[in-house]
Amino acid sequence: MNTSTTTTAISVERTTPASVLRDARHLSFWAEHAAPIGLVALVIVFSLLTPSFLTLGNVSAMLAAAAILVILAVAQSYVITTGGIDLSISATMTFGAICFGIAFTAGLGFWLSALVGIVGAALIGLINGLLIAKGKVTDFIATLGTLSVATGLALIFSNGRPISVLSPELLQLTTGRIGIVGYPFILAVIIGVIAWVVMFRTRFGLHVQAVGGSEEAAVANGLSAKRVRIAVYLISAVLAGVAALLLVARVGAAEPAINTSYLLNSIAAVVLGGVSLTGGKAKIVGPILGALLLTALSNGLTLLGVSQFYQPLAVGLVVVLAALLTRFQKR
Amino acid sequence: MTTITSPTALDTDLVLSAEGIVKNFGNVHALRGASISMRRGEVTALIGDNGAGKSTLVRCLSGIHHPDAGTIRINGSDVDFHTPLDARNAGVETVQQNLALIEDLSVWQNFFLGREQTRGFGPFRFLDSRAMRSKADEMLGGLAVNVPPVTSKVRRLSGGQRQAVAIARAAGWGSPIVIMDEPTAALGVQETARVESVIKRLQDSGVAVLLISHNFDQVLRLSQQVWVMRAGNAVAGRRAVDTDGDELVALITGAKAA
Ligand SMILES: Nc1ncnc2c1ncn2[C@@H]1O[C@H](COP(=O)(O)OP(=O)(O)OP(=O)(O)O)[C@@H](O)[C@H]1O
Ligand SMILES: [Mg+2]
Repeated sequence: MNTSTTTTAISVERTTPASVLRDARHLSFWAEHAAPIGLVALVIVFSLLTPSFLTLGNVSAMLAAAAILVILAVAQSYVITTGGIDLSISATMTFGAICFGIAFTAGLGFWLSALVGIVGAALIGLINGLLIAKGKVTDFIATLGTLSVATGLALIFSNGRPISVLSPELLQLTTGRIGIVGYPFILAVIIGVIAWVVMFRTRFGLHVQAVGGSEEAAVANGLSAKRVRIAVYLISAVLAGVAALLLVARVGAAEPAINTSYLLNSIAAVVLGGVSLTGGKAKIVGPILGALLLTALSNGLTLLGVSQFYQPLAVGLVVVLAALLTRFQKR
Repeated sequence: MTTITSPTALDTDLVLSAEGIVKNFGNVHALRGASISMRRGEVTALIGDNGAGKSTLVRCLSGIHHPDAGTIRINGSDVDFHTPLDARNAGVETVQQNLALIEDLSVWQNFFLGREQTRGFGPFRFLDSRAMRSKADEMLGGLAVNVPPVTSKVRRLSGGQRQAVAIARAAGWGSPIVIMDEPTAALGVQETARVESVIKRLQDSGVAVLLISHNFDQVLRLSQQVWVMRAGNAVAGRRAVDTDGDELVALITGAKAA
């Protein structure tokens, strides 16, 4: 049967102000751009409700507070693009922080200790990657397991006590700034830019998207899905290791805390950023904006004097709303 | 197993031969010792009912499956494909029945998947998307009637356009062996004619083509050699000039023994 001689040419899409207005009538537009729209809306609402929200000091504090989550969201975005998920990301960060703290206490100095922390975190990522790619364990189960393992190791290594770290380099990291933007956020932005370039401009990034889109088709085209999967879990863990340094710098100590909210927020930021959990559709800017949104949300609520107890509730509502919206995304 | 040889077979002309290929998926015996061969400059057809094992054989020849037993020879020497890359490097390009396209990537990204062109030096190598786009455009232009822009996502293409993309991708690299698993299954009249002319063009340039098809007219029109598969075996081989549709039907259903 002849069914396809009448196929129509496909129009090439361009973004113009008119097209934006036209698109805004569709739910898919809001779904596609949930993070930037939500961020702008939050900023408007909070600045109306409290004048202290949009002050230089508070913006600077928000950016500083957002840095860790931005890095974790970028990391999580790589994993989720392949259709996986890294539940161990915050436990890996904690473990990296403890490794750093122990190495520093042992007198290795800042840079070597930072390396120890990142390598320690990377080991967890390697285990994740091997379990998932070679062991064929479901990503959910594998990283749930390593979440527990990394948390346990952090407790064992630290004896359950915070390791205080007094390092001039760390102090520099927390207090250093260019304009109102502190070093942690600059580091996060640099990582974001590199992550974007790698995802959208290199072979590796294309392979990450391909494996997430269809592992079967990717393999049929000669890609190694195993290598890609191991690599994304490694990337996730290494970035968690970098975030660990910011965490220690922020707290002034390496704490064997569980940090579950970082895990949930990293996934929430990616969902807010419009990345589908089924994989294949990569986004980097979206998750970064999602991380900023979540940070602005908790900052604004705090300024308004809303009890800490309500914050998880607010984050939860925002994420569920975003998740509902993603159903209306254009495929 | 009886070995099937054709009367005019000259061993030096065999570009590819598969002998006694066995492939089981658990209790499913998809291939039970199938043997086929392809000759240089010929279109070889592979026919058989649904589930006969044609695609499984194709996937063994293109490195997706590793046969449980049997040998594959290319130009007379044994090959052992562990990945699709091995097959590609040995000169085998394939249009899989499922097309093996990635929906969320653009046409040009699909074209170059696994063989991307990059620019830069050392570890700083970036995709040369402009070069890849124009090459993909060129490769696709000769084939599709309604050429989709190479920057469009495969998800947005019609079934026929997807098939055209997968065929242009396999045919465009100058490989000596091209396998097409039901390449015209979703195509309209004009597109089918185009694909058939692509197959002829490949043949004229010395490429050995393996064509899997359920369309006997097409098979008899295009091919020189026909292999018939039934229940995991290649039960008969015929020169296209020595057979007709009725005989092929009888061979497929088993009404006629080889
Ligand atoms: N990955 C797999 N796992 C399990 N069984 C499989 C797999 N691939 C193929 N089979 C089985 O092997 C047999 C042969 O399938 P195959 O796809 O090779 O048939 P085919 O000749 O290509 O049929 P069609 O004309 O419908 O494309 C079928 O019974 C099928 O169910
Ligand atoms: Mg088939």
